[in-house]
Amino acid sequence: MTDDFNDRMAQFVQILPHARALSLVLDEIGEGEVEVSMPYDEKLIGDPLTGVVHGGAVSALMDTCCGAAVISHPDRPTSTATIDLRIDYMRAATPNQRISARATCYHMTRNVAFVRAVAMDEDRSRPVATATGAFTVERAGGGT
Amino acid sequence: MAPRHEPVQIIKQRRDAMLSALVHGVPYIRFLGIEVDRRGDELTAVLNYDEKLIGNPSLPALHGGVTAAFLEVTSIIQLSWSMLWDDMESGKLDPTTFTTENFPRLPKTIDFTVDYLRSGLPRDAYARARVNRSGRRYASVHVEAWQDNRDRLFAQATGHFLMPSQNG
Repeated sequence: MTDDFNDRMAQFVQILPHARALSLVLDEIGEGEVEVSMPYDEKLIGDPLTGVVHGGAVSALMDTCCGAAVISHPDRPTSTATIDLRIDYMRAATPNQRISARATCYHMTRNVAFVRAVAMDEDRSRPVATATGAFTVERAGGGT
Repeated sequence: MAPRHEPVQIIKQRRDAMLSALVHGVPYIRFLGIEVDRRGDELTAVLNYDEKLIGNPSLPALHGGVTAAFLEVTSIIQLSWSMLWDDMESGKLDPTTFTTENFPRLPKTIDFTVDYLRSGLPRDAYARARVNRSGRRYASVHVEAWQDNRDRLFAQATGHFLMPSQNG
């Protein structure tokens, strides 16, 4: 893995304005597999009664993580966009804990990448949410 | 139903207070900058454009996660609004008494599937949700989002929600 590639991956989280707004951190990069985490923040609360983070923030984390997994695939797509994303919410994330998402791009065709992801809080044995998605694959030099 | 002779400003005040409580009482909705317009019981959510909502800065386009969040927020507000309507109209629920400790229990998302139809442009977006089924425990909601043209959706989604128990 080149430094250039690592830079590009780090930028994926640092340059995207919304990823910055959520203070996302790229914790791990593999070949088509990445881990991205989001710190707990009171501005992300969706349920004032319990202090639990809104599902929408978990979706944003999952979407970013899945997109990063596509970019990290050995085929090295230049860019990607979400075609569809399904999230299943298993339980409420525990307030005051960081949420980590781990995504795997498990199949890639010329134009489409298939990704699945799981989100966990500090208790990694009990997932908070899972996601499956399809993403576009933009390749250098275009082509059809 | 509101009594026929109830003054219109009283009706408006009550409904707007309830909607405002639902929208402004949730920190994440404020963070995204979502407001909700109302005509009678029909709601339209508005995602006010802000640079922090951008995903791809080179296009630029709204972040896919923001689109998903906007659709999910709209669904939950619509579902809560429908769920609380009768108690609001009868006066059983008074939104001016809502506090962090005394906030209505909200529906919980079971699953949410977003269909991205075109990239979100760097400008305001709108969404309307329809509750297709609302039972005692489960609800199914469909939501559509557009920007310039109502007929050119940039995203749509379907979600299932667990309703708060009535005696809770």
